[in-house]
Amino acid sequence: MTSTARLVWICGGLTVVLIVVALGSLLVGAAAVPPRAVFDLIAGRGPVGGTDRTVVLSIRLPRIAAAVLAGGALAVAGAGFQALTRNPLAEPSILGVSGGAAFGVVLAQVSGLRQGVVDALGLTAFGFVGAVAAGLAVYLIASSGVGLPVHTLLLAGVIVGIFFSASITVLISIVDANRLGGVIYWLLGSVAPIPPGQLAIFTLATAVGVWLVLGQARALNLLALGEEGATELGVDALGLKRRIFLGAALLTGTVVAFVGPIGFVGLIVPQAFRMLLGPDNRVLVPAALLGGGVFLLAADTLARTVVAPAELSVGVLTAFCGAPVFIWLLRSRVARVAP
Amino acid sequence: MTALAEFRGVSFAYPHGAGGRPPFQLRELSFTLELGEVLGLIGPNAAGKTTVIRLLSRVLQPSSGTIVIDGQPATALDRAAVARRIAVVPQDVPQGFPYTVEQLVLMGRFPHAPARFFESRADLSIAREAMALTGVEALAAEPLERLSGGERQRVVLARALAQQPRILVLDEPTAHLDLRYQAECVALLRRLHRDEGLSILLVSHDLNLAAEVSDRLLLLAGGKAVTSGPPHEVLQEPVLEAVYGCRVVVDKHPATRRPTVSVVWPEGR
Repeated sequence: MTSTARLVWICGGLTVVLIVVALGSLLVGAAAVPPRAVFDLIAGRGPVGGTDRTVVLSIRLPRIAAAVLAGGALAVAGAGFQALTRNPLAEPSILGVSGGAAFGVVLAQVSGLRQGVVDALGLTAFGFVGAVAAGLAVYLIASSGVGLPVHTLLLAGVIVGIFFSASITVLISIVDANRLGGVIYWLLGSVAPIPPGQLAIFTLATAVGVWLVLGQARALNLLALGEEGATELGVDALGLKRRIFLGAALLTGTVVAFVGPIGFVGLIVPQAFRMLLGPDNRVLVPAALLGGGVFLLAADTLARTVVAPAELSVGVLTAFCGAPVFIWLLRSRVARVAP
Repeated sequence: MTALAEFRGVSFAYPHGAGGRPPFQLRELSFTLELGEVLGLIGPNAAGKTTVIRLLSRVLQPSSGTIVIDGQPATALDRAAVARRIAVVPQDVPQGFPYTVEQLVLMGRFPHAPARFFESRADLSIAREAMALTGVEALAAEPLERLSGGERQRVVLARALAQQPRILVLDEPTAHLDLRYQAECVALLRRLHRDEGLSILLVSHDLNLAAEVSDRLLLLAGGKAVTSGPPHEVLQEPVLEAVYGCRVVVDKHPATRRPTVSVVWPEGR
């Protein structure tokens, strides 16, 4: 089988899984909507008004879209950061990049940006800038010695993350102490239905981020040889690293702006596919995009159904899955990779 | 003879020194690598051997002087064009992601079509030929981390051959190898040189290896060329003792009549 055929089969299979999980997610929820009515509404045959229509088309469907986009974007960002740092533990939340993005988004909110379409663009931009700032800070802290050691990078990420979440708390306390509780909930990350205009921006920003990473996936593989090794094979290593960093930061900033800093998706999903399909980013990145969507959608569907009519924060679920994966990776991989 | 690569008065200085020492400098280095030649680059630690590799492969840019590759100034060639002419075999490959042998060797095809997303069928058959040449085709599906040092060395060499270069640069090719693999490595280099017509720049601490396989040697010390010529002219006791700062005896290999260098170990008591 050629590489292209293999990629088509993998993506086709994952798309089928995604559709099945999305249909399942449409059928369940706090409000009881009969399956028949859900299928009619999806097929465009349902009643023009009514609660069922609102629940399925205006609440569940946009929320599913947001979860799929966020999961895919986070997984691609994770794969990008991992290839960039040559560290399978690198991930937006662990690297502190999500924290920086969250600070940017909160800053934009307290300076007056709200829910509109234009505001969504502003929030995304602030999230992106925050992610870039945090990423640069981590890089500067971790690279003060020689190279980019695995443990130093993770520690720098954790420290930058703590710094930004402390900054967010300070910012909220000064501006509007009543919102502290809500912000703490948001900092765990939770998916909510997003209106069509904002969803379009979310989709567009995600597409640009994925293109930045996937478009150079072959050169990104060569980065595994080290910067010097990649350069010797004809890769413009510095330009490539900048491009991947900007792509991964854009994806992180966008997700944080729309659903909050959900952690560990960028760790679990690429790692699972690396074990199943191998480390080739040309296969890994598209698989992570679709698989990340499936994973976060499944997690969000659980989050809104297991304790219905209340809801869990989806970030709590991903952290419960992610922490064991992180510990396992730390014990198995880093021990062998780190000097 | 035609020069495949040439350094013309090349100077370079790193921006920072290591451990408080002044930064390392390469001063006014000139040499040529002729078509079909094996040139051995030897010298003590911090002589500038690795810097020469980095300059030749355009990882570093000279601060003055010109590097000519295949008749053109290196600055006129883009990175991929350099990588199609010069393949560097590093001492080892960093590990971390479980790439297979075949995936790693295929990476050598990148400079031939950097814009392609997947390698072509032709790329795959070239990579398989390269693996066959170095005897690693049976390992194609193995992840790199499961291989021994000797096997990994041959995989990295196969990747360099997949680049279809005109110049092969070997950085300490036998550093991680035991005697048997060292012998195999030399046999392989000889075969590549003879059958594939590759010019080879061999960078090594191992003076005996360099003397054995090189047509000419270039002795570097402190960023400057000390001398160059056929092994029996370069490997002279007074020169080596001055450069390395220890007593040596130069003899002839009993089998090949090539020069050999042995250290006279200082008395302990």
